[in-house]
Amino acid sequence: MRFLLREIYYIALDFLQGVGSICLFLFRLLRYTPTALLRWRIVWQQIYSVGAMSLVLIMVSGLFVGMVMALESYHVLVKFAATAALGTGVALSILRELGPVVTALLFAGRAGTALTSEIGLMRATEQLAGMEMMAVDPVRRIVVPRFIAGAVSVPLLTMIFCAIAILGGYYVGVDLMGVDQGAFWSQMRVNVDLVDDILKSVVIKSIVFGGAISLIAVYEGYYSLPTAEGVSRATTRTVVNSSLAVLALDYLLTALLFHGA
Amino acid sequence: MAIHDLKHSDNVVEITGLKYRVGNKAIFDRLNVSIPRGKITAIMGPSGTGKTTLLRVMTGQVLADRGRVWVEGKNIARLSIDELYDLRKQMGFLFQNGALFTDNTVYENVAFPLREHTKLPENLIRHVVLMKLQAVGLRGAANLMPAELSGGMARRVALARAIALDPKIIFYDEPFTGLDPISMGVIVRLIRVLNDSLGLTSIIVSHDVEEVSSVSDHSYLISDGKVVAYGTPEELEHNKSAWVRQFMKGLADGPVPFHYPAPDYAGQLLGEEQA
Repeated sequence: MRFLLREIYYIALDFLQGVGSICLFLFRLLRYTPTALLRWRIVWQQIYSVGAMSLVLIMVSGLFVGMVMALESYHVLVKFAATAALGTGVALSILRELGPVVTALLFAGRAGTALTSEIGLMRATEQLAGMEMMAVDPVRRIVVPRFIAGAVSVPLLTMIFCAIAILGGYYVGVDLMGVDQGAFWSQMRVNVDLVDDILKSVVIKSIVFGGAISLIAVYEGYYSLPTAEGVSRATTRTVVNSSLAVLALDYLLTALLFHGA
Repeated sequence: MAIHDLKHSDNVVEITGLKYRVGNKAIFDRLNVSIPRGKITAIMGPSGTGKTTLLRVMTGQVLADRGRVWVEGKNIARLSIDELYDLRKQMGFLFQNGALFTDNTVYENVAFPLREHTKLPENLIRHVVLMKLQAVGLRGAANLMPAELSGGMARRVALARAIALDPKIIFYDEPFTGLDPISMGVIVRLIRVLNDSLGLTSIIVSHDVEEVSSVSDHSYLISDGKVVAYGTPEELEHNKSAWVRQFMKGLADGPVPFHYPAPDYAGQLLGEEQA
């Protein structure tokens, strides 16, 4: 029993130290963010590298997610003769949950891992130490632009994901299943609320998810052990931790934004 | 020694009473080292004696547990991060593997410190980069990627990058390791030529006795966290100490035994048979 309590104590201590360390790192990143934005070319390059390069994955995934949603919803709605509500169903499920969450999970797998392994390999090959010896702070020059790029890219990618997913739903619902085109769009227009379903769900959630994933990715890369195994473990931790963080934050944000608790 | 004295000292680096531990192992135990200005000073010793760590201590990458480290009259331990970076602008550091940015061309690698620390227009940066690459004989390789370079070429590019800001001190971490004889000769020549023509102070960490002796003005031999010998290559060559003789001549046995400490050989064999 005593052994078990001691183990729990050390696990809790490790967890709290990790949270403290990542919070301090976040403050450091935020402190350097204004000056990093002045060197917009570097940030722009990173937005291209992590955001634009993820575009095809996000678009293709969005298309299939929208198509599946429409197909599943149609077969349920048709039983109640309520296929006119298909547009609403697809749009709300995409905008409120699937869009932000699936985009964030895909981004963590595609770009989060790339950020971690890139920074980790730079450490392992002494490129970061080389930079420090040239009197250049690697946090300002390497980490902050990547953090900003990730945090900016996720909201943009989420919007694209949602748009493509709704088009995929339209294709399956209207073109393949024969749902009325007017009903599809007009029902969606009436039932989708700008503040609740777009600003709160898509925009706020995706900004928080983007910040969280980018923070975890750059933190894991920067503090990875400078060995092949160290970088590989850090990359795995990025996927696991950012996926869990996205799902936990999703619950937290949904509770706070829509249910006031 | 007062700060005032150090500022006017002929020594670029002064280390006194340095103590540094990693875990339970003492890497340095009251180590004293002085690096004279304008000279090439070598720090030699067997693998694992902390030669690279000593370079890291001098450049503020690692802080000493005890003792004082003065570089250009400044106590490294007392500097803020901005002051340390200001001091590092006067330093060049050649890493063992070059530490080139793998996603940038040779040209971009050498231009990096200029772009970060100066506001020179692009045409002037181009001139400076080409001059530095010319100095190391690699102007023609400006558009190559680091992956396309041999080990010797990568180190020469790293050297061009290290001197891009015209530093006062340059640190070489194992500059001869893994090089073919021609590349080694080129690096030896470059260290001497750059030191003399640019008025640098060079500090080389290495265990390649022959190459270091051919280029250095003074050498420190360190072992077990202490300075074992100091002098010109000739003085070290004729040093009476058995340890120094073994190291300088590369003898397999001597004060540093061939065998790692182990239990009695016969006893262990017999013990194994009985088991």
